[in-house]
Amino acid sequence: MNALAGSMSALIAQSAPSLASAADMLSTIGLYHYLVVACAMFALGVIGFLSRRNLIIMFLCTELMLQGASLALIAFSRYWFNHTGEVFVIFVLTVAAAEAAMALALVVLLYRKRETLDALAWSSMRG
Amino acid sequence: MIDVWRTTLGFTATLAQDAVHTGAGAVGAIPHGGGFFFLALLLPALSVVLCGVYAALGVKSKLPAWTTVVCLTLAFITILVGYIQLGPDSPRIAFGFHWFNLSWGSAPGQSLVADFALYIDGLSLLWMLFVTGLGALIALYSSEYMAGDKGYARYFAAFSLFVFTMSCLVLGDNLLFMFLGWEGVGLCSYLLIGHNYKKPSAVAAAKKAFIVNRIGDFGLIVGLMLTFVKFGALRYEDIFAQVDAMRASGVDIPMSIKVIPLLFMAGAFGKSAQLPLYVWLPDAMEGPTPVSALIHAATMVTAGVYLIARTMPLFTLNPDALATVAWVGGLTALFSATIGMAVFDIKRVMAYSTVSQLGYMFLGLGALSASGAAYHVFTHAFFKASLFLSCGAVMHGFAGQLDLRKLSGLAKLPGWRITAFTMLVGCLCLSGFPFTSGFFSKDMIIAEAFVTPGPGYQALGIIALITAGMTAYYAFRVFFRVFLGPVEFEPGEEYTPGEHAHDDHAVDDGQDTTAHASFHPHAPGVAINLVLTLLAIGALAAAAPYFMHKEHGGWVGAMTHGSTAAIAEESQTIFTAHTGAGAVEHVADEETLSILGMTVPHVAMYFISSGFAIVGLALAWVLHMTGRRSAASAPVADALKRALGPVGVWAEHKWYVDELYDWLLRKPLRVLAWIFAYIDMLFVDGLVSLAGVGPRILGWIIRPSQSGALQGYAAGMAAGMILFLLMLWVML
Repeated sequence: MNALAGSMSALIAQSAPSLASAADMLSTIGLYHYLVVACAMFALGVIGFLSRRNLIIMFLCTELMLQGASLALIAFSRYWFNHTGEVFVIFVLTVAAAEAAMALALVVLLYRKRETLDALAWSSMRG
Repeated sequence: MIDVWRTTLGFTATLAQDAVHTGAGAVGAIPHGGGFFFLALLLPALSVVLCGVYAALGVKSKLPAWTTVVCLTLAFITILVGYIQLGPDSPRIAFGFHWFNLSWGSAPGQSLVADFALYIDGLSLLWMLFVTGLGALIALYSSEYMAGDKGYARYFAAFSLFVFTMSCLVLGDNLLFMFLGWEGVGLCSYLLIGHNYKKPSAVAAAKKAFIVNRIGDFGLIVGLMLTFVKFGALRYEDIFAQVDAMRASGVDIPMSIKVIPLLFMAGAFGKSAQLPLYVWLPDAMEGPTPVSALIHAATMVTAGVYLIARTMPLFTLNPDALATVAWVGGLTALFSATIGMAVFDIKRVMAYSTVSQLGYMFLGLGALSASGAAYHVFTHAFFKASLFLSCGAVMHGFAGQLDLRKLSGLAKLPGWRITAFTMLVGCLCLSGFPFTSGFFSKDMIIAEAFVTPGPGYQALGIIALITAGMTAYYAFRVFFRVFLGPVEFEPGEEYTPGEHAHDDHAVDDGQDTTAHASFHPHAPGVAINLVLTLLAIGALAAAAPYFMHKEHGGWVGAMTHGSTAAIAEESQTIFTAHTGAGAVEHVADEETLSILGMTVPHVAMYFISSGFAIVGLALAWVLHMTGRRSAASAPVADALKRALGPVGVWAEHKWYVDELYDWLLRKPLRVLAWIFAYIDMLFVDGLVSLAGVGPRILGWIIRPSQSGALQGYAAGMAAGMILFLLMLWVML
């Protein structure tokens, strides 16, 4: 996943040559740092989702991925001095709140059916 | 009067077109007029529409019958008035409207003209007189016979449609119009044979009639096309003008034209039930008896005779075609007479006798005696209708009983005298008993067969004479068995004990003469007796026209001489020219010919044929009346049948012709159908199945990738996203 984050940052560096040099990026907290944190959050979310089988943990991991993406949006928004990303994030948060309510309710229902939170208990779609 | 009718019918508009049409027509030798003849077409058509409406409304009364009777009577009166107005000697064309008028160039033969026009001459008038006249009478008979039938209105709609299409066939002024009627009568025949469509045997018989007719019709269609290709015209007038020119110029007739009469002949043999294609007619007796009388005895089956008489000029171009017609006719007459002698169903006997008599008519045509053939059609229409309707009365009264071994002595039952009398008249005419109508008409044909110098015609004459004796035998076999002898009867299959199906008009005799004490046959009512009497009188009176005119063949001869069939009598030399040998010409110089030393062949034939008829009749008496004590057995006839051994059994089974056709045609076709069905199943269906098998195999291969585990799908998504980003990176 670090490789992924690295490749992403490399991608950004490539596509935006007008960004400040690497030394400047290390000396002050800039876009680069935010993006690294965002990628780390997203990567942790993906890893958590893939490795854990508890439904609640898996749900939390999806939230983590969502927050990572939101952080990246805000960072870009700040960088370009417009509010598009921030407005977008407000919408995302709103939807995520609604979604969280539903998802937790779903988890409760799923638990009632199988008396377990193991995701593998719900593998009846096997081909 | 004609003008008044024209105006009322709106034919004034077409009169103006008449002038134009005559101008446009290249030949146009025949005067136009007689537009009121369209009434004879419109009245049956009106009756069809009305009966259709009654059927839709569910009318339960006898209204359809009366509508049909009135319309057909009016049509008959129209024809009669037309006959009186025009006379037989003046052919007319009554123009209705342009039906087909296509052209694709200005050269001759580059246009197809077929008008809705009527060709009115002696031949079509003769046919129309008995089609409409007998149609009206038999509709009247049906009004009683069909009473209580669920399809009463449907029956009369089809009946009227038959008269309409038959009128189209007879009156049409071109081959296409004739063909419209030709197919129309085939359809009506199908509908009426299958009238009782819940009975499997009736449905099978209807299909058989339609399909066998189709074989002949194929020949007719090809002949029609070939006529158009060769003559560039479909109107009789145009075709015959060219034929006359061809004959006058004496050019060699090309093979492609000589084939035309042979093709027409195939159509005629199908419709008129001649030798290879006769099998449908006996089965057509499944239909209601009045239908058998009108369509399958008196009118429709004579359409083939009409076709050949009408297109006689074409036939004179090919003497071989005429000889074929004569030979097929003669052999059919003999062959079906042998079956008629053996079967026990009285309606079947009459059916085979119809086939046999039609054979005589074709023999007459082939022997260049169109007037003889037409006269036999005319007399046969009356006496055979009389015979069939008498059989129908028996069938109606005895709950469908038709077996002559189960009916006996009906003449002695009260209320059955008229039926017995009309049956006797019919049998006398059919057997050619001296001075009956059948005697004169059959005589003309047989005499002509002897004196016409065609190939083997002498032998045909002898065959015709033997058949005449056989005819007398089988006709009186029925009469002696059913109407004379001890009184004894059994009800037929329609009888249900304790219930009388149509008892409302029954005249119960009150006699309990049989074991079936509860069964009372009901004698025919007023309508049936009236029609039977009229037909018997007609059958007897049909002898009168023979003496009504000075011309050879009497009134009917005069009618045909004024038509396109006249050419037959005029061209007696065609066989001479054909054979090249010193065959004798006759016609005017009948003195040069003689039979038994008598110089007039017809007079000689009077004695010979009446001799054969009386011998046949006497034979029937000896075999079926001497020593008969019961209905079921006639000792002499049974003894003779035992003596004959298998021959009698073969004849009773109709010489196994149906079985032969089944084995030769239906079985191979069925095998072929199986083969095709398997090809369809294995190859055509196989290809389609193959298209379905591919995706199923693919699915079977990739199905395990669906594990059902949530993480598995998520990993797939993540992997997909990484792959996507990698590709993006590589590409940028």
